[in-house]
Amino acid sequence: MRDTPLSNCERDFLLKAIEEKKRLDGRQTYDYRNIKITFGTDYGCCFVDLGKTRVMAQVSCELVTPKESRPNEGIMFFNLELSPMASPAFELGRSSELLVKLNRQLERCLRNSKCIDTESLCVVSGEKVWQIRVDVHMLNHDGNLMDATSIAAIAALSHFKRPDVGIQGDEVTVYSAQERDPIALSIYHMPICVSFSFFQQGTYLLVDPCEREERVMDGLLMIAMNKHREICSIQSSGGIMLLKEQVLRCSTIASVKVSEITDLIAKALENDKKARKEGRKCGFAESMPQERITALKNLETTVEMTDLTKQASDIVEGVETPAEMALSPVVPAPGVGQVGAGLQNAWGLEDEEDDEDEEEEEEEDGDEPEVTIVAEKRGNKKKGERPVVIISDSEEEEVVILNPESS
Amino acid sequence: MESCLKIKVGAVLLPGDVFTFIKTDTISLTDTLKDEKIICGPGLRRNGDDVVVCKSGVLRHKNPNLYWVDSQQRRYVPVKGESVIGIVTTKSGDVFKVDVGGSEQASLSYLAFEGATKRNRPNVQVGDLVYAQFLIANKDMEPELVCIDSSGRANGLGVFGAGGLLFKVSLGLVRRLLTPQNEILKDLEKLYPCELVLGMNGRLWVRAATVQKTLIVANLLESSENMTAQQRRTLFKRVADGNL
Repeated sequence: MRDTPLSNCERDFLLKAIEEKKRLDGRQTYDYRNIKITFGTDYGCCFVDLGKTRVMAQVSCELVTPKESRPNEGIMFFNLELSPMASPAFELGRSSELLVKLNRQLERCLRNSKCIDTESLCVVSGEKVWQIRVDVHMLNHDGNLMDATSIAAIAALSHFKRPDVGIQGDEVTVYSAQERDPIALSIYHMPICVSFSFFQQGTYLLVDPCEREERVMDGLLMIAMNKHREICSIQSSGGIMLLKEQVLRCSTIASVKVSEITDLIAKALENDKKARKEGRKCGFAESMPQERITALKNLETTVEMTDLTKQASDIVEGVETPAEMALSPVVPAPGVGQVGAGLQNAWGLEDEEDDEDEEEEEEEDGDEPEVTIVAEKRGNKKKGERPVVIISDSEEEEVVILNPESS
Repeated sequence: MESCLKIKVGAVLLPGDVFTFIKTDTISLTDTLKDEKIICGPGLRRNGDDVVVCKSGVLRHKNPNLYWVDSQQRRYVPVKGESVIGIVTTKSGDVFKVDVGGSEQASLSYLAFEGATKRNRPNVQVGDLVYAQFLIANKDMEPELVCIDSSGRANGLGVFGAGGLLFKVSLGLVRRLLTPQNEILKDLEKLYPCELVLGMNGRLWVRAATVQKTLIVANLLESSENMTAQQRRTLFKRVADGNL
C-alpha cells in the first residue's frame, strides 16, 4: 500500500510553524515525547513507546563457534524488521534504504562501542561462545525510529539473562533456568541515540521529530552517547552543512537527554526486578491497562465499559499544552492591539486574541538559551503555574508496569 | 423485527449479530398484520429474511424507520456522492490522479472544474488539496472525482488549502461534525473564527488567524473524538479561559 503523499499546504504549514517554534503536539524544541518502557515475561523482551512510535526488542542467545580472528569473544548479531504494521510505506521483505541505515546505526552504536563485555561470553575458547542476537521489530512508525530502537535494544540487553554454563574438563553443561539461575550480561555502559532534525538548511533544529516533521526535514543528525558523556557514534544524513557550534550544542543537548533516558531505563529495570522478586505477575499483558479504554481503542459514548476519566483527563492535559504556550506572566491590558494581528474578529468577542499574539511573541524570546537545562526550567516554570501535570512535558516520567486493578 | 431492533438502539453490537423476522410472534385478532419496512443504514445488511450486523458499534435510529450502526473506522471506502479532500499526486495528460485515502487513487479530469475548457486549464499542481465529489465509486471501477456539480458550478468544490493544516480523524467524527446543529462546531465557533473543510474520508483542514490557533483547533478536534460532551465542554472552556 502506498503511503499518503505530503501535500504542499502541510509542508508549508509545518515549516511556518517550526519557524515560529511551534510543534504539532505542543512540545518545545528540545522536548522528547513521553517514553514508556515495559518488559515482557521472558528475560530480554522489551517494548518501548516513544509517543505513538512503538518498538519491540527481543534478545536471545545461542552457542556457536566463534570467529576465526577472535576466538575468545562472543558474537553480537542485530536484526531490524520494518513490518508493514508500522506504516503503509514499509513493504515486507524489501530491504529499503531506511532499513539498512537503521541497521548500520544500531550496529555502530552497540557493537562498535563495546558496551557489552564480549569476552565474558566465551565458554570454550576457539570452540564455543555465546551469540547474542537482538531482534527489533517496529510496531508503529510515528517518527524517530532510531531513538526508540536504541532504547529498546539496550534496555532488552540489560534485562536479558543467559543460561548458566558449567565446564568440567571437556564437558560443557548448559543449565536450564530451573537448575541454576540465569546470569545477566555484563554491560559496561548504555549508549543511547538522540536524533536532531534540521530545517531550512540548518537554521532550525528539533529534537525527536515526529513522522510529519521527519517528512519535511532537510537533514538528520544522530548522536549516540552514554551517560558518562562519551560519544559512541555520530551520523549526519541528508547532506546539510552544519557549523561546529551547532554540532557541539547538539552534543550538549544530547548529554542531558541521554542521562534522563538512562535514569528512566534504570528505573524501569528496577521496577521489573522488584515485581519479579515479589512474585507479582509481570509481562506485557500485565502492563496493558485492563478494562480501560486507551488511545488505541475507540470510545463509544453509551458503552458500559467505563473508567475513562483518567484517560480523558490525560487527553485533556495533553491537549492543554498548545493553549498553555499562550500563558505568560504579562497581564494584557484591555484594548491593547497588535499591528498586523490579522483578521477583525466578527464574533463579538473581546480583544483576547490580539493579546494572545503579544504574549506569544514575548515567550519565543525565551526559547533560545545556550544550555538546554535553562530552557527546560523555564518551560517548567511556565507550566508550573497550573496545578495540572502536563503529559507532553519533558519530564519523561513513565509507568513501567501498571498493576492490574485489584478486582 | 422492528421491536427487537428498537430495544437495541443505543447498545453495542458486534458483527454477526442477527435480527430475524419473527413471523408469528403474537397474532392479534383485531389488528391486521402490518408490513414492516426498515431502512438499513451503514453497518447493517439484509441477508434473506434477516438483518445482519457487519460492523461493530452502537445502533442508532432515526424516525420513522431508519437504523444504522455508528462505528469508529479510520479507513475510508469511496462512496458515490460523498465530498472528500484529496491530494493531487500526478498530472498525466488530461487527468489528475488524486489520493483520497482509499485503496486506489481516484482520477479527476481537468475539465471537471468550473470554467475549464480545453484551452483554459485549471491551475492545479502536484501536492495541492482538492475538495471534490465522487462521481463513480464502486468496487469494480476506478473511482472518479469531479469538482463541479450537475449544473456546472463549483459550489464550494475545487482547489484550496494555502496556509492551513491538514490532519486525519476517524470517519465517525467527521459524520458527527457534519450533522446540522452539532454541538462540537457550536462550541468551536465560540472560541475562534476559523475556516474548516471536512472531507468525508476522515481528513480535516483548518485555518485560523495564527499558527498557534490553528494548532489549538486541530488538537481540540482530534481529541473531541473520545470525549463525552461534558468533558469536551470543560476542555473548550479551559482553552478559552487560558487565553486571557
